[in-house]
Amino acid sequence: MELRINQKAYQVDADADTPLLWVIRDDLGLTGTKYGCGLAQCGACSVLVDGNVVRSCVTPVAGVVGREITTIEAIEEDEVGKRVVATWVEQQVAQCGYCQSGQVMAATALLKHTRAPSKAQIDAAMVNLCRCGTYNAIHAAVDALAKQEGA
Amino acid sequence: MNILDELLDAPVNLSRRRFLASTAVGALVIGFGLPLGSGRVQAATTAERGTQVPAFLEIRPDGTVRLLSPFMEGGQGTHTAMAQIVGEELDADPATFIVEAAPPGEAYVVMENGMRITGGSMSVRMSYPTMRRLGALARAMLLQAGAKQLGVPVGELTTQPGRVVHAASGRSLGYGELASSALNMPVPDPASITLRDPSQFRWIGKPVKRLDAYDKSTGKALYSIDLKVDNMLHAAVQHAPRLGMTVGSLRNQAQVEGMKGVHSVHVLPGAVAVVAERWWHAKRAVEAVQVDWQEAAADSTLRVMPADFSSDKHFEFLAAQQGPARDDENEGDVAAALKGAKTQVEATYHNQYLNHGQLEPPSALARFNPDGTLDIWLPNQAPDMFRADVAKRTGLDPAQINLHSPLLGGFFGRHFLYDSANPYPQAIALAKAVGRPVKLIWSREEEFLRDVLRPVAVVKFRAALDDKGLPVAIEAVSATEGPTEALAGKQGDKIDPTALEGLSGKSYAIPNKRIAQIYVKGAPMLGYWRSVGNSLNDFFYESFLDELADKGKQDPYELRLHLLRDNPRLTTLLQAAVELSGGWKRGPFTAEDGSRRARGVAMASPFGSHTAAIAEVSIENGKVRVHDIWQAIDPGSIVNPAIVEAQVNGAVALGLSQTLLEEAVYVDGKPRARNYDLYPILAPAQMARVHVRVVESGEKMGGIGEPPLPAVAPAVANAVAQLTGQRVRSLPLSRHTFS
Repeated sequence: MELRINQKAYQVDADADTPLLWVIRDDLGLTGTKYGCGLAQCGACSVLVDGNVVRSCVTPVAGVVGREITTIEAIEEDEVGKRVVATWVEQQVAQCGYCQSGQVMAATALLKHTRAPSKAQIDAAMVNLCRCGTYNAIHAAVDALAKQEGA
Repeated sequence: MNILDELLDAPVNLSRRRFLASTAVGALVIGFGLPLGSGRVQAATTAERGTQVPAFLEIRPDGTVRLLSPFMEGGQGTHTAMAQIVGEELDADPATFIVEAAPPGEAYVVMENGMRITGGSMSVRMSYPTMRRLGALARAMLLQAGAKQLGVPVGELTTQPGRVVHAASGRSLGYGELASSALNMPVPDPASITLRDPSQFRWIGKPVKRLDAYDKSTGKALYSIDLKVDNMLHAAVQHAPRLGMTVGSLRNQAQVEGMKGVHSVHVLPGAVAVVAERWWHAKRAVEAVQVDWQEAAADSTLRVMPADFSSDKHFEFLAAQQGPARDDENEGDVAAALKGAKTQVEATYHNQYLNHGQLEPPSALARFNPDGTLDIWLPNQAPDMFRADVAKRTGLDPAQINLHSPLLGGFFGRHFLYDSANPYPQAIALAKAVGRPVKLIWSREEEFLRDVLRPVAVVKFRAALDDKGLPVAIEAVSATEGPTEALAGKQGDKIDPTALEGLSGKSYAIPNKRIAQIYVKGAPMLGYWRSVGNSLNDFFYESFLDELADKGKQDPYELRLHLLRDNPRLTTLLQAAVELSGGWKRGPFTAEDGSRRARGVAMASPFGSHTAAIAEVSIENGKVRVHDIWQAIDPGSIVNPAIVEAQVNGAVALGLSQTLLEEAVYVDGKPRARNYDLYPILAPAQMARVHVRVVESGEKMGGIGEPPLPAVAPAVANAVAQLTGQRVRSLPLSRHTFS
């Protein structure tokens, strides 16, 4: 099957029900997207499919054929994603960093849909787990991005 | 290993940065490119700690400084701190540093206690003077090289960041230009080195940006689980449902061997493994294996999990223990004070088992090389211990084992040497069996099955109050097993300090006290969990102290001030936390949003630092909601205030998680939860606002990563008691109902 990932076409030989995560990581070698739980509990595997954030560990690869997939590797090619990354660095969000690819994807998806989200909208969208406890830094970073847009 | 070998040995997807590091040509290759087993390093093994400059530092032609850190980076910011400390004395901006974990080896044993681990919140505080001196020694070598190259006396030279400067002639040379000649300079006598006056620090003590922030925000950071090498196969395992059980037979081996993508099926001690070209195929196949598990043999060397073990029943068992107890602290005459007291107070507390829940599942990548050596990439907090263990298991000489320590996707104590809880013995066995490199990943479910647990205790308190309602005696007898004695499999000659820390070591002026342990060996394998014994014991002690305040009609803040009246350091700290929170306001009171709230206070003195925390809580739909945590921490002095603040936030999050909702429950010898669905960890919506004040008393430097955790649980529990009148004597709070 053919996948469109980061604006490139990839021929992939995988079973239809293989999770997108493992195709991305093992077949394509894009390891920025992380495996955390395999059950859509933690969000470390978040990617964008047609601009919406999805948890790739439970997304069958056959379901995304013909869709535009974006992974963390290409996030800076997106104007919003680039600003998210810059703010993530500026605000020093990451600790161990393992969940942060997914957090950046979730923040990018939120801001692409809602340019200046309210605090409640941020809370509703930023639900990925972080064991290091960077939640306040994540919220502050997205809030800062929202304020840039709102200004 | 020469540079070419290093290049060939590197995992093929290592970052470009690492690739460049391996191929630097003409650099001052003091370090990586230099064979680490060479005479240069080995000859100096008897030297003072942290003086083998060539083992640590490489300076590239462009002035980039590559530092091999004795400590692992797992989010706590130690790589950035090391760049600040070394850079300060080397006179090189930390932003010009690339920091990676050093390989095993005597050269990197830099801690003042003679160890090399990343744990116990020790990295910075135990190596601070040594790592400063390392930077200063390197600077002296560069100055000597500069003197030679410029033909001037070394005394006429100074440095500015990244350059050796001859002010008299206006000439200067970049560190990168001096690199190759500095390589041949002897390391100066450490006694000849003068360190910078702290008043002149440019980077130590400043909120220097983390070196890894960009890579970690763009998916470029590589963890063990991400690595691959040429010709590598993937593996997944199915563990015995209870530790100690062994594989009897596989009922459907041929069928599994025929599944798509399967390379081979392997029986391992207490596990079955499938090797495949892709991990997903390995995982699906290994989950399909039908295993006849056999009960553990009577002579099993493992800690065998009984079929009837229940964590709830274990709490009852611990509570029923009568002794004998061994005293850790015994001052005054507790028995007499209790006997003669106007008021006696008694209470029994317990806590829960916990998993580590670090977000990166454990993995290991093993590769046997044609020359008989072994490369192994694995998460670890103690590379020398791991290498020694690999040597023991394989029969290889440690010199034949190249152990690599990638970034850790969280650790919290998970990656110490736990006999039954590491994937690398399996990865090594599989690589040997298939004759190709193997990367083994434990699925989240297998991780929950084999993770070592945070210990539990049942603590019986007794205390005596005088006629003014002030405590004059306190006794705590803990029925427990500490993680260190659990790893040893038996009680030691001395009390395991990790069992009682937080009950012991309190600074309150209570004249009669006894802290004792009844050693009770349990069933689950135990390990270290962020803030270790303090994570439970400060909850017990600080909650019970509030009970004493209530019984004696004392305000808990005023009582603590009274009991610390001769301790200016802790008095200042406690007052700082209260001031940070806008003044002591115990409540209950009505907040702006109309909710009824109260505040609680607690203190802790873990890992060489001291903390005071205040929590504000309300009850929402019968559950405790924590709105704010104000925490003051006195670690003596600090290296990076921004990282300290981040660590306080992180420790508060984990502290709230164990307070509110986390619990590893065992029924019939098995964990109820095998993933985050049944083992919830703190979610963003449950996080509190965190307010931090760092008090630098100037006392001996203490730890940062763990100390801000232990005071959280009792501060919350004390606030809940004040709000609801309900005294919580066990965790997590999700086990209790509130109205």
